[in-house]
Amino acid sequence: MAGLGTGAFMLPGLAMGRTVSPEAFLEPGADVAVKKRLADAALNAAKSKGASYADVRIGRYLNQYVVTREDKVQNIVNTESYGVGVRVIANGCWGFAAVVDVNNEAQMAKAAEDAVAIAKANSRLMKEPVQLAPQKGFGEVSWKAPIKKNGFEVPIKEKVDLLLSVNDAAMKNGANYVNSVLFLVNEQKYFASTDGSYIDQDVHRIWPIFNITSIDPKSGKFETRNALSSPMGMGYDYLQSNPADKVTGITTRYNMGYDMLEDATAAAKQAKEKLTAKSVEAGKYDLILDPSHLWLTIHESVGHPLELDRVLGYEANFAGTSFATLDKWQSKNFQYGSKQVNLIADKLQVGSLGAVGWDDEGVNTKKWDLVKDGVLVNYQAIRDQAHIIGEKESHGCCYADSWSSVQFQRMPNVSLAAGKAPLSVDEMIKDVKKGIYIIGDGSFSIDQQRYNFQFGGQLFYEIKDGKIVGMLKDVAYQSNTQEFWNSCVQVCDEKDYRLGGSFFDGKGQPSQSSAVSHGSSTARFNGVNVINTARKI
Amino acid sequence: MAILTREEAKKIIDKVLAFSKADEVSVGLSGDRTGNIRYARNSVSTSGETSDLSLSVTSVYGKKSGTATINEFDDASLEKTVRRAEEIAKLAPDNPEYVPMLGAQQYAEGKAFAQSTADINPEYRAQAAFNSIDPCVKKNLTAAGYMEDSAGFSAMGNNKGLFGYNKSTSVDFSITVRTADGKGSGYVTRDYNDASKLNTSAATEIAMQKALASANTKALEPGKYTVILEPTAAADLLLNMMRSMDARSADEGRSFLGKKGGGTRLGEKLFDERITIYSDPMNAEIPGAPYSFDGRPQEKVVWVDKGVVKNMSYSRFWAEKQGVKATPPAGGFIFEGGNESIADLIKGTEKGILVTRFWYIRAVDPQTLLYTGLTRDGTFYIENGQIKYPVKNFRFNESPVIMLNNVEAIGKPVRASGSLVPPLKIRDFTFTSLSDAV
Repeated sequence: MAGLGTGAFMLPGLAMGRTVSPEAFLEPGADVAVKKRLADAALNAAKSKGASYADVRIGRYLNQYVVTREDKVQNIVNTESYGVGVRVIANGCWGFAAVVDVNNEAQMAKAAEDAVAIAKANSRLMKEPVQLAPQKGFGEVSWKAPIKKNGFEVPIKEKVDLLLSVNDAAMKNGANYVNSVLFLVNEQKYFASTDGSYIDQDVHRIWPIFNITSIDPKSGKFETRNALSSPMGMGYDYLQSNPADKVTGITTRYNMGYDMLEDATAAAKQAKEKLTAKSVEAGKYDLILDPSHLWLTIHESVGHPLELDRVLGYEANFAGTSFATLDKWQSKNFQYGSKQVNLIADKLQVGSLGAVGWDDEGVNTKKWDLVKDGVLVNYQAIRDQAHIIGEKESHGCCYADSWSSVQFQRMPNVSLAAGKAPLSVDEMIKDVKKGIYIIGDGSFSIDQQRYNFQFGGQLFYEIKDGKIVGMLKDVAYQSNTQEFWNSCVQVCDEKDYRLGGSFFDGKGQPSQSSAVSHGSSTARFNGVNVINTARKI
Repeated sequence: MAILTREEAKKIIDKVLAFSKADEVSVGLSGDRTGNIRYARNSVSTSGETSDLSLSVTSVYGKKSGTATINEFDDASLEKTVRRAEEIAKLAPDNPEYVPMLGAQQYAEGKAFAQSTADINPEYRAQAAFNSIDPCVKKNLTAAGYMEDSAGFSAMGNNKGLFGYNKSTSVDFSITVRTADGKGSGYVTRDYNDASKLNTSAATEIAMQKALASANTKALEPGKYTVILEPTAAADLLLNMMRSMDARSADEGRSFLGKKGGGTRLGEKLFDERITIYSDPMNAEIPGAPYSFDGRPQEKVVWVDKGVVKNMSYSRFWAEKQGVKATPPAGGFIFEGGNESIADLIKGTEKGILVTRFWYIRAVDPQTLLYTGLTRDGTFYIENGQIKYPVKNFRFNESPVIMLNNVEAIGKPVRASGSLVPPLKIRDFTFTSLSDAV
């Protein structure tokens, strides 16, 4: 699931920790030498109690959310959470214990002992022992997100001023209402394991969003237009856009830098334009999907069905299972998509939400093929799953959303590779007789095995005989994953490649949130079923 | 001990209030013990238990407010937290929509606490999971389930004399049973305050029957069908609608309750006259909290009476601005119904579809409350009063507002998702495509 839609402004129910003053963010976390000492205390205690493996995550998680509407600041949330999670294997079974605000070795040893006791107790209910793919230790290493400007160092006032100026621009350009939010996250994570790794990492994420409403008082109708920003694994530098970050066309879209003021100005006008746009005629259309839209379709129809735990049935009671069963993968000829379709899992991509040096079980990150020339070739697997697909090492996509949560398999960045032949969006549109060009993500829904889906969007443009002829509304398309990806006939070249993503992707019970990017260039899908969503009540 | 008594909670809150130097100060204190057990592929995958006790202080100067939280309770820590909340408040921008805190209130005694739930321990959870897994193993079926239980308290107080205290418990259980060949799937969910009402083996039995009965589906053409929505399915759609009863959005013209030309649809008949929906925190089957998050007393509120919209929820700011009573949003809802069971509704149906539950419901159009989603875990064709065969799952695009104008019959309400919801028989329910998912 994609968790929080960009149109929603409800904060997710995360255990975010204690509320702090913004200045507290600038205080350094515990020193690496202290963390190593604490970690060793837990690792040694686990081993002495009979654990065959143990890992420790010492985490400091900082969140800052600035929430505004029109000319008002509604809320400023500053939270910090610090604690330790210890995971062990004892009697062949996993055990986990977590403890808040740790500052001495005795607390660490106690957590490790608790984890071993839980593992031993649970081992009675276990069907087969955990098989962990071997992993070499890396010694003392570190990784930092390559950010240019730390968002937590920017004064709150500057952020408030930005959002209020964005709101003002929207109102001056015809919006009736505007809400805007800036989300900032910093994960300071220290990982140590009995394999001999001591890994210190600093991860940053940012997501500026708005939602603009335009109302026609006569008819009582209203339309909205959400931001075309993307959540990014970047610092405040994402909000300082250069001309090179902009993709011009029917509306401006953004790459590694976002001009929030410019987008809000355009959005206010477009929300108004939507009120008088033509209601779509249901039927088959060729769809031209912008990366600001296609990321969500990739997320739901490729990212989730290729999670190995789903495939195996571990998520059956909640998120569901998957149509992409092991026999389809084993056949080596399951045509997930057309030959143009290459889908890549990637934990390295600079600026992406999934990029880290090592995952949350100490595996160095990498990039691998999921679908190659249209054929299903792999899944997403972690250390205790690698043997199931005959691999000798983990893919490095294990993640926990807090020190207090157990790490498990989470989606890496999953992206559609750019087309190899030079192709621009304009050239792509020129060949379309009857089509719709969709920009931005909207409503989304997919079944529990990831066959049937329906997606909306933010902006819809009708294409007739190779030309954009006007704006449409009430558009949603429905398809089946395999049919849809096999209807992909063209992907624009790398010049059009951009990242989209989900800031709050939910999975598991109790639910954990993760952030993930999905890149693509604009792509064309032929003959997709479009419905009209207008109703009268 | 995470569950403090009223007296223990009041003592701490009073101590914190005494440290305050701000114009206004409110203190929230809450604690709980939450446990869970998760299983899949007929084996327990994770289980855990956590307890928490935390205090939050909100200090206000004029229209500036700041909040700080703490989970240590010595005097020095409490005072430090008050000072921090005051510092944050002084730095905050004015909130033009700030409304002064409420004074002393009268609250009814909450009824949402059950000792049976508070007593749940790891052995209880393991047994509950075993009672669900074991029958599945014996019938060559695959169980995946989750149980989460919680027992806790919350208290609030301010320097204007307000004090409230409430204890509550809850247990939520869900089970998905699949056939070994993956062709059939059944689901049941149960939620209670009182765990003595939960029988995981009986609930699993229903999911097993649905799994076996739903294998080997036939495909029906998408289109408009008469449907019988089991309470779990009906609750999914109806509760989405009830969460959209906010008056401000309606007044602003961006809600299904906004009116052409301005104003709201309060007082309009929007649904079939058999539709009456109310909330009551003292209802014995779905007991709620006696007060809302900001201290307003929760009372019985009729939201829809015989099809007419009677109430909407207000923030205190918006109510003051509009000069109306500030009705807080409710927790659970009671949808009035009749006495017919699901079986009775099936008997009285010539042609129709029985829906166990919906899945992945998302708003498509907030103006009309159009939602899309899919049927899941047991969808059956009914003919001449009998279930004939399982059918492939459908995607729907439907609005609960339209649905509640197409009511054929309303059955006996049962607890679902914290509300009392009847099974509903609805004509012309819109299915727009088929899904291969099981």
